[in-house]
Amino acid sequence: MRDRPAIFAGLIVFVGLFTFPLWYGHAAKTSAAAPDIKLPAQEKQCVAPLNYMRDSHMQLLVDWREQVVRENQRQFTAYNGKVYDKSLTRTCLEQCHTNKAEFCDRCHSYAGVSGPYCWDCHVEKQLTARSAP
Amino acid sequence: MKITRKHFLQLSGLGLLAVVGKKAVRAITGAAETAAPVASRGKTTHRLGMVIDLAKCRQEKGCDACAKACNAAHNIPQFADRAHEVKWIWNQPFETVFPLVQTDYTRQAYAGSPIPLLCNHCANPPCVRVCPTQATWKREDDGIVMMDWHRCIGCRYCMAACPYGSRSFNWQDPRPAIASLNPDFPTRTKGVVEKCNFCEERLARGQRPACVEACKDKALVFGDLADPNSEPRQLLRARFALQREPELGTSPSVYYLV
Repeated sequence: MRDRPAIFAGLIVFVGLFTFPLWYGHAAKTSAAAPDIKLPAQEKQCVAPLNYMRDSHMQLLVDWREQVVRENQRQFTAYNGKVYDKSLTRTCLEQCHTNKAEFCDRCHSYAGVSGPYCWDCHVEKQLTARSAP
Repeated sequence: MKITRKHFLQLSGLGLLAVVGKKAVRAITGAAETAAPVASRGKTTHRLGMVIDLAKCRQEKGCDACAKACNAAHNIPQFADRAHEVKWIWNQPFETVFPLVQTDYTRQAYAGSPIPLLCNHCANPPCVRVCPTQATWKREDDGIVMMDWHRCIGCRYCMAACPYGSRSFNWQDPRPAIASLNPDFPTRTKGVVEKCNFCEERLARGQRPACVEACKDKALVFGDLADPNSEPRQLLRARFALQREPELGTSPSVYYLV
């Protein structure tokens, strides 16, 4: 049992190294609780409730795309009765989320979502990021 | 009562007859039922088309205002290399457009005044038949041959099928070759086929196609070919018009007044 100090010292070093990312992240304050996104200033209400948009905005955009391109239905009546133009650039971006870099991109990079290929074709005025090649 | 063999066979025969008879009656009346609503549906179907007055084009030798307006409206890239060319509406010499109607003197008459060409939005479009993903289809209510670039896989079957060369393929990323981006209209990506869409995005907003609006001389007349009183139909009634290669049976919706 003369090796006891060495074993315990080794264990402490191992645990310390193993949990290093946690300590480091905590010390450098890099692991924020939520992505630091910039909400639109001029508009308080989205086209659908917040929870739905958080989970399913991609499905909504795909539905809009199908309806506009293939069925020529371009008006969207929101849950609160307001009518919107089904358009990613003219409605979502121009009317509310004018800052794509600090809203869309920031959350996508936080969540590790590889960039959607919307921006390979659709034009955002500032031309910030297109999806990675 | 005891069922004899003979009685059993008689009953089975009667049952079989009843089933066949019922099916026959249903087939006859059912066909009538489904045929009736089609005839009486009364759905207004339009057929959007264009009439191009070449006499007016000839006065403005080499005018390409329509093509310029289209290029700007639809973010069409301009590549120096013709092999990579992307075009929606473009000019071509008369003898290459109407090789079978040229006379000894048409080449002289049309020298320096090319013919504007665009997608014919055929009533019977061969490109639609060959598309494996239905990325291109004919819109039933107005006859526009649409394209869904989201769905195009770039197989170029449609380009092989189109007898008019109306479709272009993006061999490279088009964005660097676009002079000024119109943010209201998407660009395309490498590997996608594109063509004229009769400005369906402008029609949806109640505007006329960009080329029609850009033509000062009103050489391009756009309207509903299904409506006998529409502007293009009035022109077609009054003057002789050509379609490109009508013998192919595609029934183009773009007419040329010579």
